[in-house]
Amino acid sequence: MDDLNTCPIDQIVMRRKSLKRALSAAEGLQDLRIAILGGSATQEFVNFLDLLLLHNGFRPALLESEYGRFYEDAVIDPAALIEFAPDIVYLHTSCLNVTPPALGATETELERQLDGEMTRYRQIWNSLEEKLRCQIIQNNFELPPYSLLGNSDAVAAGGQTRFLMEMNLRFSREAAGRPRLLLLDIHGLSAGMGLHRWFDWDRYFSYKILRSAEANVETARSLSSLVRALYGKSRKALILDLDNTLWGGVIGDDGLDGIQIGRETPVAEAYTAFQEYCLALRSRGVLLAVCSKNDDAVARSGFSHPSSVLKLEQISCFKANWEPKHENILAIAKELNLGVDSFVFVDDNPAERALVAAQLPAVAVPDMGDNVAEYPGILDRGRYFESAALSQEDLGRARHYEINAERSAAAASFADYGEYLASLNMTAEIETFQPVYLDRIAQLTNKTNQFNLTTRRITLAEMKQIAEDPMHIGLYGRLADRFGDNGLVSVVIGRRDGLCVHLDLWLMSCRVLKRDLELAMLDAMASRALSCGARTLIGYYRPTPKNGMVKDFYPALGFSRHETAPEAGNATVWRLDLAGYTTRNKHITVKEMDHGKID
Amino acid sequence: MAKLTEAEVLAGLMPIFQEVLDIDVDNGAITAQTSAADIHNWDSLAHMEIIEMVQRKYKVKFSLAELQKLKTVGDMADLIVLKTSG
Repeated sequence: MDDLNTCPIDQIVMRRKSLKRALSAAEGLQDLRIAILGGSATQEFVNFLDLLLLHNGFRPALLESEYGRFYEDAVIDPAALIEFAPDIVYLHTSCLNVTPPALGATETELERQLDGEMTRYRQIWNSLEEKLRCQIIQNNFELPPYSLLGNSDAVAAGGQTRFLMEMNLRFSREAAGRPRLLLLDIHGLSAGMGLHRWFDWDRYFSYKILRSAEANVETARSLSSLVRALYGKSRKALILDLDNTLWGGVIGDDGLDGIQIGRETPVAEAYTAFQEYCLALRSRGVLLAVCSKNDDAVARSGFSHPSSVLKLEQISCFKANWEPKHENILAIAKELNLGVDSFVFVDDNPAERALVAAQLPAVAVPDMGDNVAEYPGILDRGRYFESAALSQEDLGRARHYEINAERSAAAASFADYGEYLASLNMTAEIETFQPVYLDRIAQLTNKTNQFNLTTRRITLAEMKQIAEDPMHIGLYGRLADRFGDNGLVSVVIGRRDGLCVHLDLWLMSCRVLKRDLELAMLDAMASRALSCGARTLIGYYRPTPKNGMVKDFYPALGFSRHETAPEAGNATVWRLDLAGYTTRNKHITVKEMDHGKID
Repeated sequence: MAKLTEAEVLAGLMPIFQEVLDIDVDNGAITAQTSAADIHNWDSLAHMEIIEMVQRKYKVKFSLAELQKLKTVGDMADLIVLKTSG
């Protein structure tokens, strides 16, 4: 099937119902409840959203507001919404749902109008936050369909263009300051498409659908990429071919001097621009890997070209050989500890793309065409690397993977593993959830698949509730060592229930595998459980296709099988009696915590 | 391109009706005389979807006035013949 996230929209419009039938038959889709509060008719948009969410691994339950009642349903009469209990509310509003000042307005009148509209939208967001505690996604505004004042429409206090630009700026600031509010940038979306293709007045006058089918598909695509990001399903790594992808020419034939990169020719400029784009992706947390049919040494030499923007050390995994590319991609997945569903594969050769797409359908394989000047735009429009909240951890991720390579080299020279761990001089900060880390905690929770005992997904909004709830013990762990700071890499959530604490969530980033951080986390959880009167920890292992690495996690920690546990689906249940608990962690220095340590 | 006939256009519309209206078009459920009122789930949303698909399939754009005059499937086929023969 086509990639519905990127295919020409005719392929969606012409076959929507057939596609939906085919996609609905899939198994293992993640349930998701989304309410759409519209300022114009939303049925068509909701149909496209339904399809795209199915395509992206979700099984959505959808609720639409009555026509145009986005404000009323959120603020005045939210009973239906409360009953529906959505995970996400999307506000599908447009430039028709705000009132601009009069054409001859003064700056003061413009300010007053802006304040008034912001008050109205804040009421909506406040009400949804208080009553539903769900994730809110609000789109900003497209520019107005007509510039009544010509170019001055963007300048004059009474210009609608000026008004909407000011509103968009206020929406952006509001979203930056509210963890539960995410912005969907339809201003950028409509600009990319062109307003004449965005609005469709025939349909508005006939059906009160303001936007063209194309605009609705693109909006649904953008929203579903944001939802993917919220639930940790964004792509994480870019796998690049070399010859005629990162530089022009074939380095094995043309030699280092013969490849096109640099500023000398238009083609060389275009390859340079693409390398710069890849480097920019890397600096925002996307890992770069190479998969090339080449001699290894010859391939590596390409990065020593004086005009090469990318340097060898920025490539987190390098595979240049003559094996089939899909096999190399599997090897890259193993080395980077990532699933192939987190990969985007870029190759100028359609035959290689077809092979990878057929052998590894979970890999995103964009049709790159044959013009390198278009490559950055093609990747950009694929929205592969969307992120709900770009954290400092993202910005430092590529460096972490490099440092990991150094650590592996260090491990090779020690007599036993304990000696190696001791040499790392590890320090951890293990604490109950702190507001400053909630973004990262939610992000890690929603993207960790392998070292994750229950794979429970928790939105930022829910995480905040857990942090505030005295019946929950939410712990995060940060780990640093002599090579650097790994950042926040582990999350454990315990739920108090009489003499028991249920471990609803236990996860850890694979970048700190086998470092004994899980022992330190257990020590911290045991200590807190004991100090609030609990006697037993109850652990759950819920198997998924990806978390086989932790199936023996609880028995390895000394938990025993809890045979009499009540219903838990396909999960196995484990218990640890805390009487006489002694600390397990020996190699990590845990920084002082609020609660006393036990010895 | 050779001019399309009404019969050819009618045949070309059938897959669209089948997709949108979930009906088996092979048994003559839809003819040139059929109107939206004859088919129970041919509501305004289905109509919009049909128009969207027809315009894409035949690369034509109907004006609001033309859309308003359409009463039967035959009217739609005639209009497509007219608009593609230019």
